[in-house]
Amino acid sequence: MISFTPTEEQQQLVEVIRRYAVSDVQPVAHEADEHERVPGDVVRTGWEIGLVPTAIPEAMGGLGEMSAITNVLAAEEFAYGDLATALQVLAPALFAYPLVLYGTEAQKQLYLPQFLDERPAHFSAALVEPGVFFDPHDLKTTARVEGGKILINGVKSAVPLAAVANAMLVYARDDGGKAAAYIVEADAHGVEIGAREKLLGVRALPTHRVTFKDAAVDLDCKLGGETGADVQALLNRSWTALAALGVGVARYAFEYARDYAKQRVQFGVPIAQKQAIAFMLAEMAIEVDAARLMVWEAAWKLDRGEDATREAYLARQYSDKAAMFVTDAAVQVLGGYGFIREYPVERLLRNARGLATFDGLAII
Amino acid sequence: MAISFEIPENVKQQQDMVKMVAEHIMRPISRELDENEHARPLPFVENMWPFMRDMQKRNLEKLDAGDGRKRREGPGVANLRLMMMIEMLSWGDAGIYLCLPGGALGGAAIEAVGTPEQKKKYLGRFAEGDQAAWGAMAMTEPGAGSDTSSIQTTAVFDEAAQQWVINGEKIFCTNGKLALDESNGLVVVWATIDREAGRAGMRPFIVEAGTPGVKVTKTEIKHGIRASDTAAIVFENARIPADAILGSPEVQRGEGSGGFKGAMATFDATRPLVAASALGIGRASLEFLIEKLKENGVEIPYGAPYHQLSAIQRDVIEMEAELRATYLLTLRAISMLDHGQHNSLEASMAKAKAGKVVTRIGQKAVALLGAAGYSREWLLEKWMRDAKINDLYEGTGQINTLIVARRVLGYSSRELS
Repeated sequence: MISFTPTEEQQQLVEVIRRYAVSDVQPVAHEADEHERVPGDVVRTGWEIGLVPTAIPEAMGGLGEMSAITNVLAAEEFAYGDLATALQVLAPALFAYPLVLYGTEAQKQLYLPQFLDERPAHFSAALVEPGVFFDPHDLKTTARVEGGKILINGVKSAVPLAAVANAMLVYARDDGGKAAAYIVEADAHGVEIGAREKLLGVRALPTHRVTFKDAAVDLDCKLGGETGADVQALLNRSWTALAALGVGVARYAFEYARDYAKQRVQFGVPIAQKQAIAFMLAEMAIEVDAARLMVWEAAWKLDRGEDATREAYLARQYSDKAAMFVTDAAVQVLGGYGFIREYPVERLLRNARGLATFDGLAII
Repeated sequence: MAISFEIPENVKQQQDMVKMVAEHIMRPISRELDENEHARPLPFVENMWPFMRDMQKRNLEKLDAGDGRKRREGPGVANLRLMMMIEMLSWGDAGIYLCLPGGALGGAAIEAVGTPEQKKKYLGRFAEGDQAAWGAMAMTEPGAGSDTSSIQTTAVFDEAAQQWVINGEKIFCTNGKLALDESNGLVVVWATIDREAGRAGMRPFIVEAGTPGVKVTKTEIKHGIRASDTAAIVFENARIPADAILGSPEVQRGEGSGGFKGAMATFDATRPLVAASALGIGRASLEFLIEKLKENGVEIPYGAPYHQLSAIQRDVIEMEAELRATYLLTLRAISMLDHGQHNSLEASMAKAKAGKVVTRIGQKAVALLGAAGYSREWLLEKWMRDAKINDLYEGTGQINTLIVARRVLGYSSRELS
């Protein structure tokens, strides 16, 4: 049966996150961007909504409800508040969700209870590698077994919260050349956290370059043990998540531009009453909805355990384009004011561009 | 409820049956009907008539059985079925699809606002017999396109004869000739009973085939959907019975939700179906393009990083994503109908998007296949021509964008014109 109505629980969750986005996040997003720091209490409030614990298995004290649909609905709302804040609140999921999905019993037992705490857990993941032409299917970072240890070598970039993470999931090619993920504790020998990166957008989110020089971890640190993890499926989740975040960013831009256009008077009428502006807003509304539906379909496929490569890939392509179109149009609707940093739309435009460059955000 | 994109099994089965029709009955005569514009797709009509007739019959039987509007338990799939059928038929041939016998837009209007008596009286012809019949809707005039409030066709009530007298000219009437000259069909004609009143004076009237004073004066020669019959109709003192004014007394007085506004709301149901037809054409073009590219060594690597894609691969991926987004917008508008929800915004979103996207897909697909794509040896160039109509009829892309704009801004047609 076709239905576009989320469950009641999902609607309630969305409502809670929306209230948080509007009252706690949007008012501080500008300052956060300028000072390159999300206030700690805002992150904590977001964490306290308790999204990640719902996905933790019941055996470990969670609710055992890992749902891609729930997570894309949540991701959109968080990003509707602010992308940098969303990524900071959701960063622990980068580590937790792959463990929920593919971790061995021991890995789950060891780590997942840490995500049930009221205070945000500090975990991250490292997939992207520096330089142009990054290809997640052809990782340069390697993990080889030597002397009863796994030795990781390579350089990662755009690792969120690397400086404070207790552990991170590092994606690398194993001895067989196959992509895998490894649990690496922050204090492991050979792990060097580089300086904070300076980015075009999401400036309030600390990201770092991380270098691994014969970083040694135990053999049981490979995610999923011998069988490993389905890295393609994690990439599909990442693409779907990025697409969902794009919808949230675009929706905020659309709504802001819409409200602005209704109160900005030129030539004696609100500019929204001019077709040139009204039509832009109509197309923005259509693109936000279209992108969201692409995301939902991909998430629905993920939840059915089917291969969602095509849907996730197309959703990501679509949402990336839609988010750029909508945020750029929002700046255009605001005219000169759109270029002024005090107004949120230029930040949204910078943030939206990031969605095309991030990867490995398996937060759904 | 939970979000789901699962097409029910029985709808899928119907889809397989319709695909047989599309493949074996429509595609083989596609080119011939495109080249001979006013020929009729007889094999298609003969095959589809019993199916459409029986469907109409079942609808009327439901009406007989009691309150036809009584809602079933839970959401239905009637509109979903229709969407899937139209998508597949248009994948076969969009022009031939439009020749589908039955009440079409005229029938839909009668179903939507007609009284039970009118439904029985006028829809019976689409529910019985061996001869196919067509219904049509005549709205557009030479001077009244998107601006339906400037319709000049008049309807004057002759008290003595207890008849309505219609005068005026209608154009771009899909299936007008099939309805009036080639079957015992009917046309729902929009006319004004008070030119001063603008929209408030507009009423729909049912004009049956064989009515004296009604003449099909020409059938258009078109860019695409050439198998479809697009008629101009002149009404010269055409007299119809007093009860041929469509709708209940409230509708006839132009009051309540059943008035002009209510009748216009039938567009909320038909616009997503136009989008569905567009989707079929778009899918035909895209599938053909991908197949030809594959034959020539170009595969589409879903999942590859953007920098590794060739320009052609990027185009195809973009076309595919756009088409999927259009499909989902359409599915949403249709699903809302099946759930009994108001879908005016979503219907116009789907229609505006569909017209634009399939037009672009058609044009791009021809370009990517170069001279071969431009050749009439393949149907691809025809699909490009067929696609364009979807951005024009049932409200141009601009009109549907305007409707979306009003809805998202909360503006009336006066505030945003």
